[in-house]
Amino acid sequence: MSENEELSGYRGLAFEALKKIEAEIGDLICITKGTQTYEGILIPRSEYGDEAHIVIKLRSGYNIGVQITPETRIEKIGKGEKPAFVAPPLPEQKPALPKVAIISTGGTIASRVDYRTGAVRPALSASDLYSVVPELSNIARIDTQILFSLYSENITPAHWSEMAKAVAAQIANGVDGVVIAHGTDTMGYSAAALSFALQNLPVPVVFVGSQRSSDRPSSDAASNLMAAVLAAAQAPFAEVAVAMHETTSDISIAIHRGTRVRKCHTSRRDAFKSINAQPIARVEGDKILMLTENYQKRDSSKKLLLKPSFSEKVAMIKFYPGINPAVIDWYVDEGCRAIVLEGTGLGHVGRRCFESIRRAVDKGVLVAMASQCVWGRVNMNVYDTGRDLQALGVIPLADMMAETAVVKLMWIFGQTSSLEEAKRLLEMNIAGEIADRTLYN
Amino acid sequence: MPGKSLIERYTIELPTKGDHVRMNYEEIGLKVGLEIHQQLDTSTKLFCSCKPELFKGEPEFTFLRRLRPTQSELGQIDPAAYFEFQKGVRVLYEADSETSCLVEMDEEPPHPLSIEALEIALTAALMMNAKPVDEIHTMRKTVIDGSNTTGFQRTCVVALNGEIKVGGKRVPIQHVSLEEDAARKTGEEGTLIRYRIDRLGIPLIEIATAPVINTPEEAGEVALAIGKILRATGKVRRGLGTIRQDLNISIAGGALTEIKGVQELELIPLVVEYEVQRQLNLIKISRELGQTGAREEDLQEEFYDVTEVFRETQCKVIRKSLDKGQRVLAVKLPKFSGFLGRELMPGIRLGTEMADRARFWGRVGGIFHTDELPAYGITVQEVSMLKKHVDAGEKDAVVFVVDTLENAKDALRAVLERAREALKGVPEETRAANPDGTTRYMRPRPGAARMYPETDIPPIQVTEQLIRKIFASLPEPPEQKLQRLMKDYRLNQKLASQVMDAGVAELFETIVNESKVSPTTVAVFLTETVKALKREGAPVERLSESIIREMFRAVGSGELAKEALQDAASWLLRNEGRSLKEAIDALGLRTLSMDELEEVIDKAIASNKSLIEKSGGKAFSQIMGIVMREVRGRANADLVSEIIRRKLQKLSF
Ligand SMILES: [Zn+2]
Repeated sequence: MSENEELSGYRGLAFEALKKIEAEIGDLICITKGTQTYEGILIPRSEYGDEAHIVIKLRSGYNIGVQITPETRIEKIGKGEKPAFVAPPLPEQKPALPKVAIISTGGTIASRVDYRTGAVRPALSASDLYSVVPELSNIARIDTQILFSLYSENITPAHWSEMAKAVAAQIANGVDGVVIAHGTDTMGYSAAALSFALQNLPVPVVFVGSQRSSDRPSSDAASNLMAAVLAAAQAPFAEVAVAMHETTSDISIAIHRGTRVRKCHTSRRDAFKSINAQPIARVEGDKILMLTENYQKRDSSKKLLLKPSFSEKVAMIKFYPGINPAVIDWYVDEGCRAIVLEGTGLGHVGRRCFESIRRAVDKGVLVAMASQCVWGRVNMNVYDTGRDLQALGVIPLADMMAETAVVKLMWIFGQTSSLEEAKRLLEMNIAGEIADRTLYN
Repeated sequence: MPGKSLIERYTIELPTKGDHVRMNYEEIGLKVGLEIHQQLDTSTKLFCSCKPELFKGEPEFTFLRRLRPTQSELGQIDPAAYFEFQKGVRVLYEADSETSCLVEMDEEPPHPLSIEALEIALTAALMMNAKPVDEIHTMRKTVIDGSNTTGFQRTCVVALNGEIKVGGKRVPIQHVSLEEDAARKTGEEGTLIRYRIDRLGIPLIEIATAPVINTPEEAGEVALAIGKILRATGKVRRGLGTIRQDLNISIAGGALTEIKGVQELELIPLVVEYEVQRQLNLIKISRELGQTGAREEDLQEEFYDVTEVFRETQCKVIRKSLDKGQRVLAVKLPKFSGFLGRELMPGIRLGTEMADRARFWGRVGGIFHTDELPAYGITVQEVSMLKKHVDAGEKDAVVFVVDTLENAKDALRAVLERAREALKGVPEETRAANPDGTTRYMRPRPGAARMYPETDIPPIQVTEQLIRKIFASLPEPPEQKLQRLMKDYRLNQKLASQVMDAGVAELFETIVNESKVSPTTVAVFLTETVKALKREGAPVERLSESIIREMFRAVGSGELAKEALQDAASWLLRNEGRSLKEAIDALGLRTLSMDELEEVIDKAIASNKSLIEKSGGKAFSQIMGIVMREVRGRANADLVSEIIRRKLQKLSF
């Protein structure tokens, strides 16, 4: 263990003072300042904290920060005992149950708390998961795989490829379903990406995350996870989906189609919504209720088509009043193959952008239009602006989400370099991302 | 064995209110620590900008949650919490949009800690000579009963190592903390618990004393002293439920009992006394059980289905349950006969303690036991059949419950557990205070506090500058203020203390200064009159400061007679939402004009001419009586007396 880990987070004055007495996190220390003495367990310091305070946990369980000055006396009065984790007895594996692989990419879908130092440690192995969420053992036989440990904002198209390949390998091993634990911020993008990369799926692939961290009793993590594993093990569909809370209550989990789902709230449990579509299914307790008849059926005899390549030469530009159209030129000059415009209303951008759009199309860049309204279909035949944009060569994206359109174009340019082929694929429904009808609800 | 001699020396009689058994608490080894929780009077909640108020009526919206016990690094889960979870306990939260936002719903991270609340807490801390910590770290204290939507309570220590003096004794203040109040329970049906989240997040200050209190009276005095200091900050909320006291009580040979939620200060000494009684009685019972030969190994988990015994029963409770298809399950407690009916404190028997446990662990309505039977429509024959069925001897007690098989088993297991504890003496437990000063089982005492950092709230450094600012505006210490009230307003010590104890000193000064009514009149109203109204059952907490001030302004300007204050207040409390003017009109309390008053007096004198002629000046008091009967509340007595005197004098010349 390096010195830094022993005194995690401490720098400067506090670090020097602690190093001098050879203290480590978890040791019992005593700090004397004038007439006051403070006794407690040394706690890691947040890296955003200053250099002048030492954090200790008092006997009452409370943490306090004690400011260190050259006059402060610090003594180490006891060696910390590392907590010895005793895993509770594992529930017995039921051989008759379906087999589900859980691939983790980051975010902690399950964790336990070290109340001594306050550290929250992720539970990632199968036995960890069983011990933290023992109900899983009644749903499926679990295999776990730790693929990445990433905050989801750090996930890139290259990671989508890795995820798709990992899922394909699990399916080749004969699992009855795959669950992917993912940070929620970009989970919708990853779900869309895998929807295109994994075609003709024999079994479900279900993304899952949590909006409340799993260390807290009110977390949505365990119930989302149970629903995701249940769907992976038993659901009749074989598509890429996202399983998250349907409402603020712990009653039902909605299963959204991967190409139709969007995070629509920063913090609520029910942040994920299906856009211009119904969720595919709803899980309540141990029941799966299908909400549509229009889905790809589970069929273990189907042969998976793995198409894991993505191109990063795709951009999304959100139009706003006063936008500088030079941003379009910049992307074109950078070698971008496609640009998704997130226009206003039915699919419009201001005339000031027309010149740059004309230039992009002339240079062979695919320019497509989605709406920043989020809900609804673009229609570029209603107003002059729309008609003019189509005349410039802009392709309307019907009821496709802007985010899904970007992911789809990244995938398309991973498959082909032909502009004509790209246009054909873009307008074709591949994974439920486009539909002709928009239903009332 | 010190415990033994004690029990022999003291015959334990159960005290009734006002007839307290004198005990030598020093010999009993009584140790009491207090934890006082007081809501602060801030403009917002502690971690969001919602109104710190409660709503009445129907909730605007509800949502349903389950709390899942978190595993610790050691692989441990709190057994009571996990049990509740496995039972499928769900919580229905009730809310309205005035008093709750996504923060209370645990749908949004907390906002930074309210600096307004922090400053009040630091003020109280400095008044108790506590040392503010250099850097405040907010913690999450695991609470899984549903009272917190998150499953934990956010709390932070703001100062340590204080000290107050109570009756010459130094009482160490271990810590002063700032925390969020919990949601309030509004109901429970089976495994569904209802909580209202309006109270969740209201800032609370917690003051914890060292366990140095040695008598029940002292516990009351220390609580009163802390309450006075808190009120002296002028920034604490008033009214029922805004202050709650927790007590940690232990005696030699007994165990540490944590009693939660004593709302009335006056109740504290009684709660302590009752708890001492309870522990002494439990110690006594454990000795006697030992003597009669009751043994732990005889308390077997052997349950008998005795549904048949009650097939034709007249007992309505059992009848109703059997009709629903539930079963009657019994367990034998060998050598326990007579002990279950033994009273531990008024109305609470060993059987009651077992019933409370059965309710908690088995979610049953209650238990029946042979010490209280025949009763409730259960016949002698049924009791003897029951005893025969479970093969119980004369010295054995039988406990039975009627419920689903699963609940009944859980309930009887809890009864057995309580019986085993009775053999040993006093179990460590957390109890809840009843309004009469007795207590009931709440849950097992939690292990070491499960606290971990609230990483969503940045630590706050308490700067020299902030401390200096608070020091500069520190309120007058209560003792000093008492002296000043006596000196500046010529109140006697008793009245001045009452004003201080009632926490109305600021209001008192405001009223005297703005209304110019005599300080004694104001003080009497704020203390004795309010108490009298409360005794009559009037909802005095509804009497707002502004209406009281308005009443005294009316007295000052002569629109309302000071004698009519109580009647006016009483009317206003009975007629919520009505104005003072309406009260005066409705009660006929309008002050008489000088002409009207003189007319009444003239009439009284005229109709008592003969009396006056006979007794001369001595007739004054009779005339005064007659007039006052008519004008009470509508004229100032001093004025009436002056006019009568003047008129009588005129007559005699
Ligand atoms: Zn709020």
